[in-house]
Amino acid sequence: MSASPLLEMQKICKRFGPTIALDNVGLEVNAGEVLALIGENGAGKSTLLKVLSGAHRADSGRVKLAGQAFQPTGPSSSRRSGIAMIYQELNLAPDLSVEDNILLGQVGTGGGSLFRAKQRGRVQDALETVGLAELDPRARAGEQSVATQQLVEIARALASDAKVILFDEPTSSLPQRDVARLFEIIDRLKASGIAIVYISHFLEEVRRVADRYTVLRDGHSVGSGDVAAVADEEIVSLMVGRDVDDLFPVAPHEPRDTWVEAKDITGSGYPKSVSLQLRSGEIFGVAGLVGSGRTELLRCLFGLDTARGGISKEKRYVGPGVRARMRAGFGMLSEDRKSEGLAQDMSIIENITISNLRPYSTVGILNLRKRDVKAMELMQKVEVKAHCGHQLVSELSGGNQQKVAIARILHQESDILLMDEPTKGIDVGTKAEIYRMMGELAAEGKTIVFVSSYLPELLAVCDRIGVMDRGQLCEVRDAADWSENEILKSAIGLAEEEASSGS
Amino acid sequence: MNQFAKFFSWLSRSQAGPFFALVAIVLFFACVDFIQGSGTFLSMNNIRIMMGPAALIAIPALGMTMIIISGGIDLSAGTALTLSGTVMAVTLNALPMTSDEPKFGSYVLGVLMLTVLVGSVCGLINSAIISLSKVVPFIITLGTMSIFLGIGQIVSSQATVTVGRDYRPGWLEMGYTGPVAEKYYLIPYIPTNAILAIVLAILLTAVLRYTVFGRNIYAIGSNESTARLCGINVTRTVLCVYCLAGVFVAIGGVAALANSKTMNPIEGQGKELEIIAAVVLGGGSLTGGRGSAIGTVIGAMIFVVISNGCTMWGISSTYTHIVIGCVIIVAVVLDQLRRRSLAAT
Repeated sequence: MSASPLLEMQKICKRFGPTIALDNVGLEVNAGEVLALIGENGAGKSTLLKVLSGAHRADSGRVKLAGQAFQPTGPSSSRRSGIAMIYQELNLAPDLSVEDNILLGQVGTGGGSLFRAKQRGRVQDALETVGLAELDPRARAGEQSVATQQLVEIARALASDAKVILFDEPTSSLPQRDVARLFEIIDRLKASGIAIVYISHFLEEVRRVADRYTVLRDGHSVGSGDVAAVADEEIVSLMVGRDVDDLFPVAPHEPRDTWVEAKDITGSGYPKSVSLQLRSGEIFGVAGLVGSGRTELLRCLFGLDTARGGISKEKRYVGPGVRARMRAGFGMLSEDRKSEGLAQDMSIIENITISNLRPYSTVGILNLRKRDVKAMELMQKVEVKAHCGHQLVSELSGGNQQKVAIARILHQESDILLMDEPTKGIDVGTKAEIYRMMGELAAEGKTIVFVSSYLPELLAVCDRIGVMDRGQLCEVRDAADWSENEILKSAIGLAEEEASSGS
Repeated sequence: MNQFAKFFSWLSRSQAGPFFALVAIVLFFACVDFIQGSGTFLSMNNIRIMMGPAALIAIPALGMTMIIISGGIDLSAGTALTLSGTVMAVTLNALPMTSDEPKFGSYVLGVLMLTVLVGSVCGLINSAIISLSKVVPFIITLGTMSIFLGIGQIVSSQATVTVGRDYRPGWLEMGYTGPVAEKYYLIPYIPTNAILAIVLAILLTAVLRYTVFGRNIYAIGSNESTARLCGINVTRTVLCVYCLAGVFVAIGGVAALANSKTMNPIEGQGKELEIIAAVVLGGGSLTGGRGSAIGTVIGAMIFVVISNGCTMWGISSTYTHIVIGCVIIVAVVLDQLRRRSLAAT
């Protein structure tokens, strides 16, 4: 291994107005090494990456690429220097072909015209490296699965001769099966001498792919070292800044009688004739792969998607449509805070109260003061951190946004809370608060349906867990009777498992 | 220096941007006029002259404000306005009695109701097609813009319809904003059209701020999926928005007819752009979720002040178009920059 690291960032500082986003942050990666960049939301990981990609300019500090000082002036300059980014959200032009996407913005397209034949070999090589040798380079990018599109992005990085590839939470939108494939490819890239920076919340992933780690907290680097030589608890306490004795604090609660029954819920695609009984005071977990119909099940229960089958609460039929379901006490927390869960350019108060303005209106006319008081109470109850209630939701961090969304379903006075990935993209501290809140709500006699891809939290928090596979709720057991392995087996379907063991 | 910085920070956060723009533009033309003009730009008479046309834009633009806040657009507002005005003119002329007979008033009431009905049906048609087809409002209303023009021409037999002197109800004279009209004014110096626009703006402000319906409009424009998730009946609300906007358009048609006593459907072409420009100058966002009634009234005033100021300065109307176009672009770009700088801090 060479003496000087391939990429080196030293004493990077960046302020936005009065907020210090980065304070003397440094990191280094060698060729053929994977560095995990770990930290809670808002710790400064994304800002650091943006400095590297040239989207932000650092106030002070130095970046060295292969020993040379390097001052990125914009995305194209850093790409030309061999730094490529794979973002959380996909960045392909869906209407262009795979080939065009890979060559997009490439140098060597002489005089603006494309020398296809010359480039084609390079595209094919890149696709082969990421395991997409069979993919037709002329297929439309938008028609490919999410996982394939992500691989195409990696291929694009390779085709541009990237020496450093930055992955920003690449697994957050991937189904479980494709995660394994991604890790294999990262291993392959590493072996070919590329330096990789890998950002993730998940310690399991970090252990799987990374050699070394750097932890950021509140814009400082608080620790780094070899992944093999550190315990999970140590990393978590570095991230949070204090000892976390209990990652899953759940208030004690006692499931009571069955009060909600759903029979043969069948949507237009998924779910397929799902029946389930829910007890009051229970947290019901729904596990399954992404795309197994979990979100669709919640949407059908909430009446957002039309579905066949009946729902009854306390032996009384509940009609279709969101309004009828809401009146019956259903409330839903969307998986997608940004584009569905919250109106980003409205205030916190508006977002909390918009679904239930009835208490404040007399003949349709609103008492705004009464509304604001009630909303502020809820903000305090769920501990939203904000200047004031009139602040726009878009200015809040992910965790605080999620609390606003939770405050809304509390404000609706829902007693059946359908929560779709409520802890997705949220830091460890806030996650714990949300688990505690879920337990408290269950103790009040409410029912919580908790959809999650993160099995440890399901196992720790839920009373019962059901597993979905291709639209069907195949097995429901008490949480104590499940193990992670069994859930996974059930989620990928026994038939598949037999087929793979037979081959 | 610090004081200045504080002032600008306050200015950039406040929602009063359009108001300051109006003040700046008025001051600019007042200075120009004072230095090299007649010095009558800020005279009571000129202000009166500006208020009339501003009101004629502002009234339909109030309806458009609701549509734009909800995330929609209505290109057919101009021709729907002249269509309802034409229907009113034609039916007034077709009344079986003249204005000096005692029962004339109740007939006129019927005509008014018909006019408002025409406007709201135009809105209903737009919103029904939009909801059923799920095609963007821009395309649908581009189509209905042409359709309403054609229907108007059928109603008017492709000619300018003038309301006969015998068929004009007394109050129709009050809508006249031209010279020597002051004997008809309810309040001295203020054209009755302007009073109407102000009353409607206050009503709409109350509806937008203090009713569930109003808050739902903002929610839908801000994020339609969120609105659905919150149990808001999006289809019904949008239907109501377009119908209500149609009512404003019809009132605009009545006001336009009261001003000129004549109506030709062709005149509706291009009016929709003035109406949309007023909303945008008043802080409305074409992506939805933002806009206000008072802002729109100010937007309409900005529009009229510029064209009036240019005329008094001796700039020909050709160049006035260019000036207005530039002002619209500058206003929106400034607003965009302001938002971006707010988002960065």
